[in-house]
Amino acid sequence: MAHSRREFLQLSSAAALGLAAYRVPPQYRIAAPTSPPLTDPTFKELAMRALDAAKSSGAEYADVRISQNRNQAIQAREHRVQSLSDSETFGFGVRVLVKGAWGFAASRDLSPNEMVRVAKQAVAQAVANRAALERPVVLAPVTPTANGTWRGPAEIDPFDVPIEEKVALLLDANAAALKVSGAKFVNSGMFFLREEKTLATSDGTYVVQTIFRSQPQMTVTAVAPDFSDFQSRQSNDIQPMGRGYEHVRDAKLVDNATRWATEAVQKLGAKSVDVGRYDLVLHPTHLWLTIHESIAHPTELDRAMGYEANYAGTSFVSPPEKMLGQLKYGPELMNIQGDRTQPGSLSACGWDDEGVVPETFLIIKKGIVNDYQTTREQAPWLDWWYKKQGKPTRSHGCSYSQSWEDIQFQRMPNVSLLPGEKEQSFEDIISATDRGIAIVGEGSFSIDQQRYNAQFGGQLFYEIKGGKIVGMLKDVAYQMRTPDFWNSMDMIGGKKSYQLGGAFNDGKGQPSQSNAVSHGCVPSRFRNINVINTGRKA
Amino acid sequence: MSPRSLFDPAGFLTKQDADALTKRVLGMAKAEQTRVSVVGAMRGNTRYAVNQISSGGDNTNVMITIRSTFGTRSASTTTNKLDDASLKAAVEMSERLAKLAPEDPESMPELGAQTYDESPGWSAVTANLDPAGRAAAVRAVTEPSRAAKFAATGYIESDAQSHAIATNKGLFAYGRFTGASMTTTVRAPDGSSSGWAGASHTDWSHIDPEALGARAIEKARASMNPVAIEPGRYTVVLEPTAVGNLLQLLGFALNARAADEGRSFFTKQGGGNKIGLKVVDERVTITSDPLDPDAAALPFTPEGAPAKKTTWIENGVVRNLAYDRYWAQKQGKAATPLIGSLKMSGGTTSMEELIASTQRGILVTRFWYIRPVDPRTVLYTGLTRDGTFLIEDGKITKAVKNLRYNESPVFMLNNLDAMGPSVRVSASEDGSPGFAIVVPPIKAHDFNFTSLSDAV
Repeated sequence: MAHSRREFLQLSSAAALGLAAYRVPPQYRIAAPTSPPLTDPTFKELAMRALDAAKSSGAEYADVRISQNRNQAIQAREHRVQSLSDSETFGFGVRVLVKGAWGFAASRDLSPNEMVRVAKQAVAQAVANRAALERPVVLAPVTPTANGTWRGPAEIDPFDVPIEEKVALLLDANAAALKVSGAKFVNSGMFFLREEKTLATSDGTYVVQTIFRSQPQMTVTAVAPDFSDFQSRQSNDIQPMGRGYEHVRDAKLVDNATRWATEAVQKLGAKSVDVGRYDLVLHPTHLWLTIHESIAHPTELDRAMGYEANYAGTSFVSPPEKMLGQLKYGPELMNIQGDRTQPGSLSACGWDDEGVVPETFLIIKKGIVNDYQTTREQAPWLDWWYKKQGKPTRSHGCSYSQSWEDIQFQRMPNVSLLPGEKEQSFEDIISATDRGIAIVGEGSFSIDQQRYNAQFGGQLFYEIKGGKIVGMLKDVAYQMRTPDFWNSMDMIGGKKSYQLGGAFNDGKGQPSQSNAVSHGCVPSRFRNINVINTGRKA
Repeated sequence: MSPRSLFDPAGFLTKQDADALTKRVLGMAKAEQTRVSVVGAMRGNTRYAVNQISSGGDNTNVMITIRSTFGTRSASTTTNKLDDASLKAAVEMSERLAKLAPEDPESMPELGAQTYDESPGWSAVTANLDPAGRAAAVRAVTEPSRAAKFAATGYIESDAQSHAIATNKGLFAYGRFTGASMTTTVRAPDGSSSGWAGASHTDWSHIDPEALGARAIEKARASMNPVAIEPGRYTVVLEPTAVGNLLQLLGFALNARAADEGRSFFTKQGGGNKIGLKVVDERVTITSDPLDPDAAALPFTPEGAPAKKTTWIENGVVRNLAYDRYWAQKQGKAATPLIGSLKMSGGTTSMEELIASTQRGILVTRFWYIRPVDPRTVLYTGLTRDGTFLIEDGKITKAVKNLRYNESPVFMLNNLDAMGPSVRVSASEDGSPGFAIVVPPIKAHDFNFTSLSDAV
């Protein structure tokens, strides 16, 4: 389908994922910037106007987010540039709490009158939403930040880099891929976001943050001469990052293109896997997605409490009172951390979207469930657990909204598998494995609504025999039951093998919002996992 | 003060507004060719969880995209700032980027004036649905759910959108449409059973919240104490939503160029594509028609070309694949755009008869987390969810645990046994109004379930 009306809109707003404060790069300085940076006092005045209107209309709590996103997308196939687009979106959203019920309204028109109208609209909606309220929202305390700024670690603002350089790099990389015999098609692209956003809350927070995201990518497709088969290799050893253009330069696209093309061609000649049970050695470029789906999602507290039952689903890690301190998710060497601080990670920020300074916390400690991801609304639900631990009841700082148009809610921070004590690599783990499959890069993925039964493919599959790679496989996917899978993990890499993977498009909520998140991990081995063959004949 | 106004200047645009706005932008353009696209939208949603409203949102936005072309060099910019200075900056940025873009050998000229049909995809009832109206609909589900000692969670969304396209060659297209959807998942408080129901339509008044809630409650009741069955190939009776979940995947594969290039199910072995070849059961006909009141879509493409009724598969034979303007010209074919709706012809067998005629099979309410596995066969994986039952000797005998499948809509439509009448469904996993999808319930054999799930 070309585009539903919704996709049509989403193209605009998802493309607008990245329109941040529009600092015009010199080569584009063709007109005066049409709006000042969000640090300008005008925006604070506008936000305060909305807060005042919300409070005087009956809100006990209100927050206002103004955001200006800029993004750029360049897509190329073979020797041509398919599209070159630059987009921005600017607007504000007001969230209010009225006698324990939420309301939210948003508009693109940042005029003083519209700030008031939208604040009142949010209050009116909250009043309507109070119908049959049983459990009024109570917010965990927060220490307000009166005046804060935070900027992501971009060395080179992607919007300062000339478009010619970006285009030339993609076309050079495509040409390198097409030089490999058998590589017939190549699609490549770059995506950049710069988001500047303010947050003003009625409890005294006012912060301005600038976030960068960059992703270069490529897919090479090889087609069998008789059209009986085709295989693709995606460049997902280069992951999206919360960095600037330096991430693209570091990706060495031209050099890597030759390898990705070679691997796509090799896949055509790979042996179709025999179904059965294998030990799997999973590379960090693959394992991050398995962590995302089977650990990060089920430990979202709103899911565990049933709030996402209609779409994203609930969680097998529920109810919390039977899980915290009790459920053995995996072996003792398994420690899973939530954080929004790792440099260059997609979830990094100074404050979450309700003004909380994010904490670094252990979700799984020595294999046992230790905590959930929370917002200010949710932390009080675990009051009993925090009291038992001698900890204050505070949000971990997991509130996030994809844009000014959408209400913020609980989204995962970076959720990462911490390295083991022993310094060992992917290759070391392969050497220690008698019969297995090594998997590189994420591929197909699907998991049930409680995060029990999952199926994952990959980019490259290597057969391991007697501690050595003996050849390439294809048509591989593994199926797992989450707790069994993680409890089968018996070897993990050390600090030197730790890498960040991640995605821009982690979907959750209704309407579905995209969260950008990283997952750090080390190569790991899982014993006796069920592998299926996905190749069927048409 | 009304919370939403149809003529709110921040959102929805009338034809006159859109005409004036696109003319204003075209007047600023200096490129050889310019296309201006405007999407104005008002959206409202209400979420509810565990029998009470949990969140919601109302927003308005207008996005303008300017595409500039010099010779065969093109680029585009998008902004939602509508003041003259911002629009001028956006036009200049687009033109600057276009001049820096390389020559595009596949560049196609912008279109001149066209004539369009009027799409029936607009409902004033949907456009005017407000938070109080949504809250009333929520209570029609949550109150019976609470009385039945279940927990209802769900979502209502209504959108009103205006789309306009204009070029400096005289093209002007304007269309508006609305979409509404309501979905609900009703669960036992201890998580031991789950039932779903949902609906989507142009017109909110076609959606009956009370009936929808009652259906989900009934499914949740019937889903108690599910038993495990052995994964394998089963005869399935798929409710229309489940058919819609899978059929729309075929829509994504209907691309002529990918087929001609050898990287699609629609690639013919030895080269070329499968137009004219029979690929599914002869009872299957699949069309897109922007003027169909049950499956309306915008009557023009993003380039402003008219969108007309298109038959993709007729009596099992591929009649059309989607050709963009460049590929059509290169291959000597007519350009055939994809259209934002899909309809599969149905049959006359009722749901009851589909079940009654099944010796042993599985009834599926809906599928979930559907992701591509192998594009060579349009193979996808996913799971059943919120109402999966065993049929024995023509009767539903018990709830079964959820199952993962690895299956293709192509294989499924080859293994077709019988079909019921087609209906509009809410086929998007996220509960948004999404594409208009109109499909029948079907019975098919040898559906490939590959593992069991403990998820309820």
